[in-house]
Amino acid sequence: MGMFSSKKYITLDIRNHIDVSEKSEYPEYKPYIPNGKWAKCPECGMTLYIEDLEKDNMVCNNCSTHLRIGAADRIRLIVDEGTFSEFAQDIESANPLKYEAYDIKLNQYKSKTSMKSAVVTGKGKIHSREVILVVMDSHFMMGSMSGAEGEKITLAIEKATNEKLPIIIFTASGGARMQEGIFSLMQMAKTSAALARHSEAGLLYITVLTDPTTGGVTASFAMLGDIILAEPGSLIGFAGKRVIEQTIKQQLPEDFQTAEFLLEHGFVDKIVGRKELKVTLSKILEMH
Amino acid sequence: MGKAWNIVELARHADRPTALDYINMIFTDFIELHGDRQYADDKAMVCGIAKFMGEAVTIIAEQKGRNTKEKIERNFAMPHPEGYRKALRFMKQAEKFGRPVICFVDTPGAYCGVGAEERGQGEAIARNLLEMSKLQVPVISIVIGEGGSGGALAVAVADEVWMLENAIYSILSPEGFATILWKDSTRAKEAAEIMKITAQELKEFGIIDKIIKEKKGGVHKDIDYTVQHIKEELAISISELKSKTKEKLLDDRYNKFRKMGEIRQSTNNKIQKYK
Repeated sequence: MGMFSSKKYITLDIRNHIDVSEKSEYPEYKPYIPNGKWAKCPECGMTLYIEDLEKDNMVCNNCSTHLRIGAADRIRLIVDEGTFSEFAQDIESANPLKYEAYDIKLNQYKSKTSMKSAVVTGKGKIHSREVILVVMDSHFMMGSMSGAEGEKITLAIEKATNEKLPIIIFTASGGARMQEGIFSLMQMAKTSAALARHSEAGLLYITVLTDPTTGGVTASFAMLGDIILAEPGSLIGFAGKRVIEQTIKQQLPEDFQTAEFLLEHGFVDKIVGRKELKVTLSKILEMH
Repeated sequence: MGKAWNIVELARHADRPTALDYINMIFTDFIELHGDRQYADDKAMVCGIAKFMGEAVTIIAEQKGRNTKEKIERNFAMPHPEGYRKALRFMKQAEKFGRPVICFVDTPGAYCGVGAEERGQGEAIARNLLEMSKLQVPVISIVIGEGGSGGALAVAVADEVWMLENAIYSILSPEGFATILWKDSTRAKEAAEIMKITAQELKEFGIIDKIIKEKKGGVHKDIDYTVQHIKEELAISISELKSKTKEKLLDDRYNKFRKMGEIRQSTNNKIQKYK
């Protein structure tokens, strides 16, 4: 009567870890894995042992879904141990429009994530090759672009230009930080202009698009890499799916705005799994 | 309360002049030129060459349409990627022949649709931002109605950005803002006030450089008055920008956008403002 015996493991509904306000503001937020022993893959529903999942770099060993990872994990994964030095750690968002609930929201995310903004920038080595890195983190207000993220990214690009170094940007963003209005929009121009100068200097820029990369980030630095890589299955697009569905009054195909969709339409150079990412980046760096 | 919303209504007014109305009044010998040479001719984006005070200029304009038929034909001034690529083609052409570029900005936003995504709306806008930032000729962008987000910015990385007194320039529509932040699109009026989207506010923020006057009740009451202002300001700015060396022109443009944004540095907890 094995089928009636009690379960020997607990399952965690990882969806519970998103508060309601966050859900409403960023409707496409996917669950992340809390500290616990087991987790359920949001895609295939397979129950996974967290330690295994971490060993697999947060890639489901059943369906290969690449779960979202934060900036710290990303850096651990890509950068040679002990070589990363962070830039401009103390830059954080102001509140240029004096938007009422914004300061409170920022403080909530700061304490929840122990980060001051949605991006980590710095210098590090990949297989001993020096490179400037920009790593966005979707756990901080969905990686949205405020003046702080724009400034940190621009500073990093300028540093790369000045020091004649390649730059790699890992994108993960819902797009604009609505609470900063027009100031958020202008970060698109600011970062793109800095990249123009980096490119004019003959330097290499690699973008790695990760889940999700949408809105203003897609319409600026994400799409400007000399080489654009993407993690499998990542959501990448300009307009939100829901907005498009409302506009055309039709359901969109399953693969719409995935990394694979962009590859097929010629907007991504290569889809690279998380496991092979460091080696691939290293090889590309070697050839430049 | 209500002032910003009044301006939103004027910016979207059915009788508000469209880009082609201004083009025909400000310039002479306008020749419209078509196509992005890659995919199609996007009618939401009107491009061409014309003369301003005897000198050749390149014109790029988001065109809304003056009646229902034209509005549909122009896709309500919501360009597809090919529209932005067409604009870029003419900007590069202007650079080749040393012509100033005058852009008229008037769009609810870049078009959101399947084709737009398939053909890389994000890439098309991004490319324009990058290329405009280093275009070696003077660029002036005038927001005449709605400056809708990335769809507007893609033709507004300019040496000077002007707004008509009753134009708006924003990260997204007040309706969209209210929907995203409050899940309630009926609070658009309230959003319009909070978002700071009027010419006056954006001038104070240093986002735009000049405000072009409109007659009371809106530019549709007296377009000649506004056109005269635009002509005078264009004459001044074009000659000023032309007198700069290419290096200075590009450095000034870079620094103008470089300063935009506000940050707090926690070491001294001071807010850095730029103007």
